Amino acid sequence: MTEGVWPAVLGRFVWHSLPFVRAWENPTASEIIGAGAASIVIFGAVLVVALITRLGKWRSLWSEWLTSLDHKKIGIMYIVLAFVMLTRALIEAVLMRMQQAAAVGSPGFLAPNHFAQLFSTHGSIMIFFMAMPFLVGLINYVMPLQIGSRDVAFPLLNSISLWLTGGAAGLMMVSLVIGEFSTGGWSGYPPYTELAFSPGVGPDYWIWAVTLGSVGSTLTGINFAVTIYKMRCDGMHLMRMPLFVWTALCTSILMIFAMPPLTVATALLALDRYLGFHFFTNDLGGNMMNYANLFWLFGHPEVYILILPAFGVYSEVVATFSSKELYGYTSLVLATAAIALLSFTVWVHHFFTMGQNANINAAFGIATMAIGVPTGVKIYDWIWTMFRGEVRFSVPMLYSLAFMMTFVLGGLTGIILAIPPLDYLVHNTLFLVAHFHNMLIPGLLYAMLAGYHYWFPKAFGFRLDEKWGRISFGCWVAGFYLAFMPLYVLGAAGMARRTQEVFEPAFRPWLYVAGAGALVLFCALAFLFVQLWVSIRDRDANRVFAGDPWDGRGLEWSISAPPPEYNYAALPRVHGRDPFYEAKRKGNPYPPPASYDDIELPKNSKTGPVIGVVGAATAFGLVWHMWWLAVIGVLAIGATVIARSFARDVRRIIPAAEIERTERRWLRAEAEITPIPRAVETTPANRGLAEVSG
Amino acid sequence: MNASRGKSACFALLSAFLLSGCNAVKLGVMNHAGPIAASQWRLYSIVAVVLIFVAGPVLLLTPLIAWHYRLSNKHNAFRPNWGFSWTLEGFIWIPPTAIVIGLAFLVWSYTHALDPYRPLVSAQAPLEVQAVGLDWKWLFIEPDQRFAAVNLLVIPVNRPVHISLTSGTVMQSLLIPQLSGQIYAMAGMTTHLNLAASRPGVYRGENTQFNGAGFQNEKFNVVALPPADYDRWVEQARASGHPLDAAAYPALFRQSSPPQPIVFSSIPQDLFQRILVQSTEPRS
Ligand code: HEM
Ligand SMILES: [Cu+2]
Repeated sequence: MTEGVWPAVLGRFVWHSLPFVRAWENPTASEIIGAGAASIVIFGAVLVVALITRLGKWRSLWSEWLTSLDHKKIGIMYIVLAFVMLTRALIEAVLMRMQQAAAVGSPGFLAPNHFAQLFSTHGSIMIFFMAMPFLVGLINYVMPLQIGSRDVAFPLLNSISLWLTGGAAGLMMVSLVIGEFSTGGWSGYPPYTELAFSPGVGPDYWIWAVTLGSVGSTLTGINFAVTIYKMRCDGMHLMRMPLFVWTALCTSILMIFAMPPLTVATALLALDRYLGFHFFTNDLGGNMMNYANLFWLFGHPEVYILILPAFGVYSEVVATFSSKELYGYTSLVLATAAIALLSFTVWVHHFFTMGQNANINAAFGIATMAIGVPTGVKIYDWIWTMFRGEVRFSVPMLYSLAFMMTFVLGGLTGIILAIPPLDYLVHNTLFLVAHFHNMLIPGLLYAMLAGYHYWFPKAFGFRLDEKWGRISFGCWVAGFYLAFMPLYVLGAAGMARRTQEVFEPAFRPWLYVAGAGALVLFCALAFLFVQLWVSIRDRDANRVFAGDPWDGRGLEWSISAPPPEYNYAALPRVHGRDPFYEAKRKGNPYPPPASYDDIELPKNSKTGPVIGVVGAATAFGLVWHMWWLAVIGVLAIGATVIARSFARDVRRIIPAAEIERTERRWLRAEAEITPIPRAVETTPANRGLAEVSG
Repeated sequence: MNASRGKSACFALLSAFLLSGCNAVKLGVMNHAGPIAASQWRLYSIVAVVLIFVAGPVLLLTPLIAWHYRLSNKHNAFRPNWGFSWTLEGFIWIPPTAIVIGLAFLVWSYTHALDPYRPLVSAQAPLEVQAVGLDWKWLFIEPDQRFAAVNLLVIPVNRPVHISLTSGTVMQSLLIPQLSGQIYAMAGMTTHLNLAASRPGVYRGENTQFNGAGFQNEKFNVVALPPADYDRWVEQARASGHPLDAAAYPALFRQSSPPQPIVFSSIPQDLFQRILVQSTEPRS
């Protein structure tokens, strides 16, 4: 009797699925680290819950944040998620580096399976749950402000996307505590990830986490694209949009077209694993080459999804901190669009070694190099933007400069990888690992951090601490070079990626340097948190309520910091590319609206959190074969969507009087603030009002 | 005295350490030992020179311009509303396009010349080798010589080698950096790799595609011997009295990383074909 009940309830779960039990039975360093990670997750969760309860913040957390449909709050929540996941994935990276440094001619402290889970979670998290949430969060926060809008086109969908991503990230966390993760890497290539070779729950965690995340991203793409098409304020022609908005648009279009192949690939893999299909199996006519094509049909555009918003951030930052118009706006727009288009024509370069003929490989190699042209153009556009400007070396600008110098090196090795006969040698080696980190860390991560420093004062009303910002920056740069330059050498010497133990003593010095670099990178992140702490502590000294700490150029700087929830009391009308910059020069940057009107905003909704949490629970049920949970989950999601469609009362009004009060308070405060010249913008003298020069 | 001895000992240790690091490059294509790898290295050198011209300007201009136009330097022009110049556009778009077009010709010809499927030009008929990726080892079959070995590939110097690859398990990738690039091995499919060794030696080979817990152990040696030694070796191998028989065969498909190479003195008929078919049959 009981034999029938428990498996029906618990599915595949057994005691042994818990890392604590495994560590108890087999107390090796590897298992203990696994159990330690699980305890950190549990301890962290308990701590957060206890803290919120202690502070009595549940209600306000729920009503002001979790259920909010405000694009600004959703953006911030995305970025918080990105930082949490960055922390985990970076710790995993450090563990891997330590293992390889320790494992020259000895097994080291991580068992092969544990090491394999680490590179799989590190890669999956960095891409899907660090990079994606970070850039989506940044676009969410900034883009509607830049186009003079009050929100995105579909605020509820926005919340649902957030929660799907959050639910998926939660699933990644749960996999630390219950069961194990995939060992198939971030790309999850079958047939290795098929039942025949990976019968455990690992690949299922990967499949469902990625699927939830990719559905969320597709929805986000649609949402952003429609917002940019439909919700620009008066006078904001396409060719007047800030470059960040252009890159957001191209990224959204890429998301719409590139995420579905991934969803299809993971869905087909799920069919293989759950229902005995044979899409990618070795037997009965399956063919894994189809998976490789589908995956990279997503995977290559994905790297441009990650990099384009970064280019947008750099365009904003370099222009602002050079006090100068962006050089070659049209060039930059064309280059962005060209990159977006070309990104769909190069996917084969991820498997030049799969045996297709030389014509195909050569054609894809040339197409890949062609992307280098618009990318190079962009770098020069930023250089010429600084030309005849007044460059200030603030933290975001430092990241931009480090990016330009470092990214070209990644570009060079990218060209090497694009040449098939050279790729044959370094494909699947640490050379490749060095290359894509060389693109993603300066490209994506530095840009996100630059954007974080740049827009933080807008979002929270005070500047981040300069000193700690610089220290952290220094570590990110030094750490990067130390951690990744040795990998080029190792890769050229043929050291395969994903290697848990190393048998060449000659690799040892390089692995030591790389290990030291990883520790420096870890410090960089730690200092970023120190900076946040110090900045919050000293916030009163660094307030920039007036809203324009950097002598900004776009509309987002023309409102208070933090902005009111309705963004603009009256929707702006623009006449050029740098509307706020022009307005300042014309002497009327803050025109009071002719009249104050009621503003309608979407009401909070529980739909997002419910769908995200239930979606994650459904995925959990599927992972563990707890069919009852999966069925209930799917039904509950359907019911939620139907119930929501009956909700009528979904808007709320902010009365004109309240808006007038808010705006007047801000304008009054502004009148009392002294405008400051750029030379002192990083001192407490900066209250967010810029002295107009030139 | 003592301190200085300590210091010099430290120094010696450090330089030994660094030297051992330099040995790493000797394992790669830089220390090529065959015609394919040699051309790959030549291609690499050409590309490296071109790339200096690609990166050089950015690496120079970025710090120079940023520093020269810093806010505190009041001795230079400030043109906040300048944002376009046709001349500069020309400089920005044309040279990179030209470089890419130039590289495109290079890519096209080298990709064809170094196509792994392309037989090497030689007066001698190529040595046929069949490689099977297994968990976590490689089986190398020499069908004409009718023997096979696990994790050991012995080839004659200066004679082209044609390797047909497949996998008896998940996808793998065969790389011998000093001899040639890699190619995937996939179950039920055959891929090809042509290479040759131009000097005797022992070269490291490996699987580079992660395939499970024993992946890191999946390394083997390629031993290139002068033709006479090779023939002697073949005879030895065939006389070693350890056939790949019905008892030995299933063991190949068990997950394991043999600590030492295993030589099989004889092999069943059509072994490669059999594995090719077997891996696509339904698993029980
Ligand atoms: C910040 C410091 C980082 C360090 C120290 C680091 C380190 C590592 C290491 C050691 C590996 C495994 C290499 C191997 O296969 O042997 C790895 C793989 C990977 N990393 Fe990072 N990484 C960092 C940041 C990032 C970022 C920012 C991203 C992406 C946005 C990223 C994406 C990946 C991916 C996709 C893989 C491949 C995983 C796989 O093999 O499936 N990493 N990283
Ligand atoms: Cu790609």
